[in-house]
Formats: sequence, structure tokens, C-alpha cells
Amino acid sequence: MTAHATLSLPTAEEAGPPSRRPAGGRRVEPVYYLFLVPTLLVFTAFVVVPALIGVFYSLTDYVGFGRWSFLGLRNYAALFTDPRMLESYGFTLGFALVTVVVAQVIALALAVALSRRIRFATTLRTVFVIPMVVSGIVVAYVFNFLFSNSLPAIATAVGFGPLEESILGNPDLAWLSIVIVSAWQTIPGALLVYTAGLTSIPNELYEASALDGASPWRQFRSVTVPLIAGFILINTILGVKGYLGVYDVIVGLTGGGPGTATSSVAMTIFSGFTGGDYAYQMANATVFLIVTALISVAQIVATRGRAVKL
Amino acid sequence: MTTVNPASPASPASRAGRAGRVNRTNWPLTIVLGLATLTVLVPLYVTLSMAFKTSTQSADGNAFSLPEPFNPASFAEAWELTRFPVSFAVSLAVAALAVVLTLLLSSLAAYAIARNWSHRFFRWSMIYLLVALFLPFPVVALPQIQLTALTSLDNPIGVGILHAMFQLSFSVLLYTAYLRSIPIELEESARIDGASTGQIFWRIILPLLGPMNATVGIFAFLASWNDFMMPSLIMSDPALQTLPVVQNIFQSQFGTNYNVAFASYLMAMAPTIIAYLFAQRWVISGVTQGAVKH
Repeated sequence: MTAHATLSLPTAEEAGPPSRRPAGGRRVEPVYYLFLVPTLLVFTAFVVVPALIGVFYSLTDYVGFGRWSFLGLRNYAALFTDPRMLESYGFTLGFALVTVVVAQVIALALAVALSRRIRFATTLRTVFVIPMVVSGIVVAYVFNFLFSNSLPAIATAVGFGPLEESILGNPDLAWLSIVIVSAWQTIPGALLVYTAGLTSIPNELYEASALDGASPWRQFRSVTVPLIAGFILINTILGVKGYLGVYDVIVGLTGGGPGTATSSVAMTIFSGFTGGDYAYQMANATVFLIVTALISVAQIVATRGRAVKL
Repeated sequence: MTTVNPASPASPASRAGRAGRVNRTNWPLTIVLGLATLTVLVPLYVTLSMAFKTSTQSADGNAFSLPEPFNPASFAEAWELTRFPVSFAVSLAVAALAVVLTLLLSSLAAYAIARNWSHRFFRWSMIYLLVALFLPFPVVALPQIQLTALTSLDNPIGVGILHAMFQLSFSVLLYTAYLRSIPIELEESARIDGASTGQIFWRIILPLLGPMNATVGIFAFLASWNDFMMPSLIMSDPALQTLPVVQNIFQSQFGTNYNVAFASYLMAMAPTIIAYLFAQRWVISGVTQGAVKH
């Protein structure tokens, strides 16, 4: 499973065969370098070099072209006092947190429900997975129409005041539309991962705990959750990472508005290309990278040792 | 084993339900799940019905009504406006390039890494490649936009390459995990028969990687085909944009022609949905494979 694979890499290194073989140990056949090095080179050229260039320019006053000079950490200092920045980080982190909880809870509930004695399980699952294969921006356009036309029409018809105006135009509610569409789109992937996790739990465990008088909820808490903790972890980590980079869905729904109420960090960074504050946005991107990495590491550390392996 | 425990009247519902010895269907749950599918089906239904409406009916505020009269003409208009054949072909080319590059680069790299794990260079390479797993595209977007422009890769080819780059970490991870489960004896006997490492990879390993190739390929295809962010930022020529990106013309110019916009959305969504419905068992088992492989 990917979660275990991810997490076991460093441990495999410690526990595996002695890493530093004595001189004269097995030599690596040169062809293996031929297999690996091209990938490393392309990866370096297209991902690592741009990242380093970005970090470098974040220390300058570069505007995207022409001459530049060093500023040191001044861009970073400015970042932490810029209300627009704080707002975009607040929005993005809050959005990611809410969405990951909503999406994971629904995905896990659906996976558990689909594993019960129900009819049409395959058909139901087929339908639930459809959102995985459609483009986020197109889905967002469709929901944009539903939120701005259909939902207010329904609310007006039933006389429900708060929703008579489009939620997309409401600075306090617009973020909800982004949560809904993002969750809609990412639940299927998580659902499939959880389904795989549930299949790996031997039925005897449920039978044994049922004999001990465990309630369904107790079984869920004491059997299911610990045994699929690795799956929860990988879903959460990948989910949060994806939500932190949210862009397509926002473009399709609110365009970051009303005002800047739903401007994610990604959108703010991209504004650097047209807005003339290239170097400043690269400082922003660097901070964003650190924040993303820290959150991922924190998730791994916080859940380490919680997963039960069979 | 499945006889009801008298102490726990709720237990028929409490077992995981895969044993199937008591074949009582949980109808309430089935109905709840059936209703839940509406969250998926209603947006799709609205797209479908809107696409077949006249522009007058599409603007009447009732998204849920059936088309009356039935008007398929919107598709011709959407086809023209989005230059569907072109944008479809560009999307397909970008996704194909991304899938081929992802499969090739990550399977070769993973093979080299998995078979030389005891060597520092390969171990560290793995960690190096995994860095991108935590690297969101926005972080490197601005320099990438500049670099692709400088190297004349601000086109579908550049987007295909970049899509592959952002699939590498995950794919190498999946392949390496899978390769560890392939017994090395297979290769050793081939080696005794005089096969070179290159031959072993092409003739033995690559076929054995079949299920994982499907998984990696499906992930790479969906990520590339459905992406908006990268093509919209990287590509300089609007005439060569991908299918998701060209949909943005309906946000400004054709504000009230909802029927045309929805016909276009439908044409953008339909290919993957239809492909998925036909190959759904493959897609689902492929994605699941990615989750369980250790």
C-alpha cells in the first residue's frame, strides 16, 4: 500500500541490508545508471531548477524581465505584514482543512456503506466514481450555473431567504461552493482507496468482535479505523496537498471573488506574472512550499505508529 | 458463525457483510445510497438537458426541466466556437505524451532503484524524486512559465512533459513498491540464460508490471486530460489550447447562451465518462491497485 511504502522508505534504509558495503561489494551494473539518470536529469531540469530559480529570485527585486538587484529577505518581511497574503493563507488553510474533513468523512462512510449487504453495489459504486474522471474546471462551470441560477430560484420558490441571492456573490458563503465542488470531485478517489482498505480486513475480526457484543459503531472505531489508518493517512496527506494548491475549481466558480474573499495562495502566486511583483510572489511561493511540506510532515508524525498492520 | 448473537439484536447489520451467508439485503441503506447518487447524477442531468434546450428555454431559470422543444443545434455551435476537433486533438496529444513519458521514465527509474536499493546513489535518488510529492505546481509555476517560453516549450509538448514531471514521484513510488513483490529469481534465471539487463527489463519486468502500468497510466491520463491550470498558464498560443481551457470562452462572450455552453461542457465531459463506463472495471481495479500495493 502506498502509505506503507511512503512511510517505510526511511525505515527500510535503517533496517535493510547494511548500506555501506565494504569495498568490493556488488558493483552496480552501468546500465542501471542509464535507466535512472535520464529521469533524474529531466526531473532536475523541469522541476528542481525552476524551484531553485524561484527561491533565488525571491531574494531580489526581479519583475519578470530585465535587471534586478538583491534585496535579501525584504520580500519575506513584507509578506508577513501584507493583509492580502494573510487573507489568502487563511482562506487556503481553512478551505483545505474543512474540505479534507468533509471529503474523508463522506468517502469513508460511502465505502463502509457500499461494503454492507446492499443491492446494486457495483452500479452504485460506478456512479459514485464518475466525478473522478471529469475535468474540475468544467464541473465548476456547471456548478457555477447551479449556484448562481438554480439554487436561488429554488430558494425563492420555497421562500428560504438566505439562499435567494447566489452564494457565489456572498463573501461569507462563496467559500462553501468551493468546498462542495472540491469534495464532489475528490471523494471518488478517496472512496476507492477506502474500499481497498476495507477489503483487506479479514471478516473474522468482525465476527469475533460481534461475538464479544461489540456494537457496529464500536466495531467501526476499534476494528475498521485502526486497520485502515494507513489508508486514512495517505488519503489525508494527498488530499490536503491537493486542496492547498486549489485553483481550477475557484477559477470556474468565483474567480477568487467576491473581492478577494476566495483567492487561494495559488491564485495570488499566479498574479505575480501579470502583476509585476514577480520576486515578491516567489517569496510567497517559497513560503507556500515550506508550509505545504511542514503540514505533510506534521501529518505523518502525528499519525506515526497509529496504524495497525496485520 | 453468522447465527445471531442473542446479546446483540443489532448484529445482523453489524457485520461487514461480505460473508454473504445471511443474504438479507439492507434495503434502507440501499435506498439512502441510491438517493446519494443524485448528488452525482443531478449535475450530469442538468448538463445533458441544458445542452438540448433552445437558448430561450435555457435562460428561463429552470435548470431541471426537460428540453422542450428538443434542440440539438447547440452542439454544432459549440463545436465551432471551441474548435472542438483541434482542442480535442491537442488534449489527446498532451495526455498521450504525459502518459508515455510517465510510464517510460518512472518504470525504468523504479526498476533501477528497486534492484540497487543497497547503493546510496539509488536510495538518495528515490528520496530526491519523492520531493515533488510535496511540491505543489504553483510553487514552481512562474519560473516554469519563463523557462518553457525560453526553450520554445510553451506549447502542448511542454505541457505534456510538465504533466509527466508532476506524476513522476507518485508513479516511481508505486512501481518501486510493486517491483519489490516480484521475485528476483525470475530475473536471475534469465540472466543465467544470457539475457542482458536491458532485455530482462523489456521482456520480463515490463510485462510483469502490467497491472501497475494500467494504474500509473490511468492516473497520468486523468490528471493530464482534465487539467486546466498548467495548459492555461504555460501555452502561449490560444489556438492550440486543450479542451478544458477552451471552455472559458463561455464565461464572457456568450453569457446567456447557456445551451451552447452546456453542449460544450457535455462534449468536454463525455469522452472520459463514456470511456470510464465501458472500462469501469479496469479503471476501478487499476486505481484500487494503486492503493493496496505494498
